[in-house]
Amino acid sequence: MDLALLAALNAERAARRAAILVTDTTSGEARLVREADISADPLAEELAERLRTGKSGTLEVDGRNLFLTVQMPPVRVVAIGAVHISQALAPMAKGLDLDVTVVDPRTAFASPERFPGVPVLAEWPDEALPRLGGLDRYSALLCLTHDPKIDDPALVAALRAECFYIGALGSRRTHAKRVERLAQAGFGEADMARIHAPIGLDIGAISPAEIAVSILAELVAELRRGRRRQPA
Amino acid sequence: MLSSDSDILTQAEAWRRAGREVALATVVETWGSAPRPIGSHLVIDQDGNFLGSVSGGCVEGDVITEAMDVIGDGAPRMLEFGVADETAWRAGLSCGGRIKVFVEKVS
Repeated sequence: MDLALLAALNAERAARRAAILVTDTTSGEARLVREADISADPLAEELAERLRTGKSGTLEVDGRNLFLTVQMPPVRVVAIGAVHISQALAPMAKGLDLDVTVVDPRTAFASPERFPGVPVLAEWPDEALPRLGGLDRYSALLCLTHDPKIDDPALVAALRAECFYIGALGSRRTHAKRVERLAQAGFGEADMARIHAPIGLDIGAISPAEIAVSILAELVAELRRGRRRQPA
Repeated sequence: MLSSDSDILTQAEAWRRAGREVALATVVETWGSAPRPIGSHLVIDQDGNFLGSVSGGCVEGDVITEAMDVIGDGAPRMLEFGVADETAWRAGLSCGGRIKVFVEKVS
């Protein structure tokens, strides 16, 4: 592979755009198809399907053996709330190769000392999310503050951006009130169904670290939905 | 350090820019229970330094040896490993799976 091509592939990833590298495995010739150029490509249908599933794989076209390297943007996790659970979750998320950022306008919580090596933005979600380049389909949003003033604007942004995972901390009663507020803001039942609440898989978690495990397990289950033996 | 496949591609670019001779190995097909998914990368330089994995350690040695040849002559190669392969004793996959690995030079 040409260094320029490798650099272009890396640049697409850095810009959080999907891309597919099409390599002829006999000759070694390769070309890069950016997400925006797929519809105009001779292999449009196949490439679009690959992008949908996110799976790399081989393809035979006119007797040529091709390998399609499907590169999805790195999964980003935005945790709203620089709380105890986030402190436990951030290093675990890094271990899972997730790009995690913590957002909390309460400066006492959002201090770098509480989150070594993790980007922390002491801002309201309405300010912080655009600064992160906005949420997208490759983003997960965790609302962990219990405070509607902070959580709700982020939830609204996540629903609009079609984040692949949206979770919100709080009891069923807290969530019922949240649903009422979102309904007043114009969201429907399908939107509500996309919010995992109470957040996390039911593993009987007690400690912040256990809750972090339950949240990340649920997030991974959503990320790998297509691979699950018993899709929910 | 544990590296993701995207880190490995970034590293491959950085190694090449630093003047190192670099080959990139990619898992292109798997059958049965293979240790690393399709698309997994291993990057190798001319001195045998490597990053990433294509099999979790079972066949890396052979891939690195082949990568040296790829760096030498520039021609890409398709390697196949598995229990049915004649290299099974030397570099087989104990899990019983089979994998195909494409090795190419970054030029």
